[in-house]
Amino acid sequence: MEKVTKNITAEDIWKIMEEVYDPEIPVLSVTDLGIIRDIKIINKQVEIVITPTYSGCPAMDFIATNIRMALLQTGFENIKITRQLSPAWTTDWMSEKGKEKLQAYGIAPPVGKSFDKAYLDDLKVECPLCHSINTKLISQFGSTACKALYQCNDCKEPFDYFKCH
Amino acid sequence: MDYPLFEYTMHLADDSLIMGHRLSEWTGHGPMLEQDIAISNIALDLIGQSRNFFQYAAALKGSPATEDTLVYLRDAHEFRNLLITEIPNGDWSKTILKLFLFSSYHYFLYQKLIYSYDKQLAAIAEKSLKELSYHVRWSSEWVVRLGDGTKESNRRITLALEEVWPYTGEMFVIADFEKDCRYKNISVDLPEIQEDWQEKVKGVFEEATLSYPDKNIWMHQGGKTGIHTEHLGYILAEMQFLQRAYPGCEW
Repeated sequence: MEKVTKNITAEDIWKIMEEVYDPEIPVLSVTDLGIIRDIKIINKQVEIVITPTYSGCPAMDFIATNIRMALLQTGFENIKITRQLSPAWTTDWMSEKGKEKLQAYGIAPPVGKSFDKAYLDDLKVECPLCHSINTKLISQFGSTACKALYQCNDCKEPFDYFKCH
Repeated sequence: MDYPLFEYTMHLADDSLIMGHRLSEWTGHGPMLEQDIAISNIALDLIGQSRNFFQYAAALKGSPATEDTLVYLRDAHEFRNLLITEIPNGDWSKTILKLFLFSSYHYFLYQKLIYSYDKQLAAIAEKSLKELSYHVRWSSEWVVRLGDGTKESNRRITLALEEVWPYTGEMFVIADFEKDCRYKNISVDLPEIQEDWQEKVKGVFEEATLSYPDKNIWMHQGGKTGIHTEHLGYILAEMQFLQRAYPGCEW
């Protein structure tokens, strides 16, 4: 394993973070999700500031461990992971690339902007399989805290929708 | 240590923890799969929120307190949760009604808590608020569905209302630690949210064809000062069993 040189920059760390994936939605990296708020390097110590998607997200502890592992494998030893709650995460922070990856994986990506009231009322969610927008909400709560359950009225397939939050 | 701030934080933490723990009893027992998942998700949100408060409370108290010692090694009289969070679930209608009345209070409370002069309490409230809006929405829909549903569902939720309503008055009774925190603009001014809560409840009850109870009904209180119903002890017996049987165990 090569030792970390002095010239490592925050940008290099961001690159490493692109390879750390969410255990629940393994196509999304932590940068796609937008949960990394800041990366600081001070005196050879790397500090990663992360924010939870949902208060009770059980994946957060796991994600923090994966971030630490990825950095250890790259040769960093002095790692600090800080959890920050404010400003609260929203789906607006998810990258466009991340939304495309979600769609390809079979999960409908968040529609609209968070706190736009319409996201709860007249929402048109596109079926990730047949792309029809003739879909219906089954339940606002799905297999994980971040998802709602939908069904397509055309192809009849049930699917997950990553809620706009 | 700022004792009123610590106690206020513990009160917020205990409300979410005990409500979350109660709701989690439905996991695997929900009336249908989607609703089982929904109520388990709500329980998870609440327990997640309580962890944020407990971590903060542990930091205020200092070593050796941790979120675990605060949850697993306190006895009933040290808990500061509202009684409505600890009373048994009963049937689906009672659980729903309890959740609706509590969630509406919870939502209006946090809507003001985000302006707390205590930055960490404000941050936790900000993080939780959108989750709470889902709880209110889901439980409101269910109150309407049961109230304005069949004769049997209406009978059950009407009965639940008689049982649960006397536990709502305590939400707006100001405890000493809240008064102390109020001077510093840390805690929420409860009378200020009471009207919003009443309006919300009246609106949903109207749609659900339920009558809004008489205002002279006698109300229980004591949770915020550590005087609990017998039910809290049973919750703790189950929740704390492992730490009591194997002190200090971790995994």
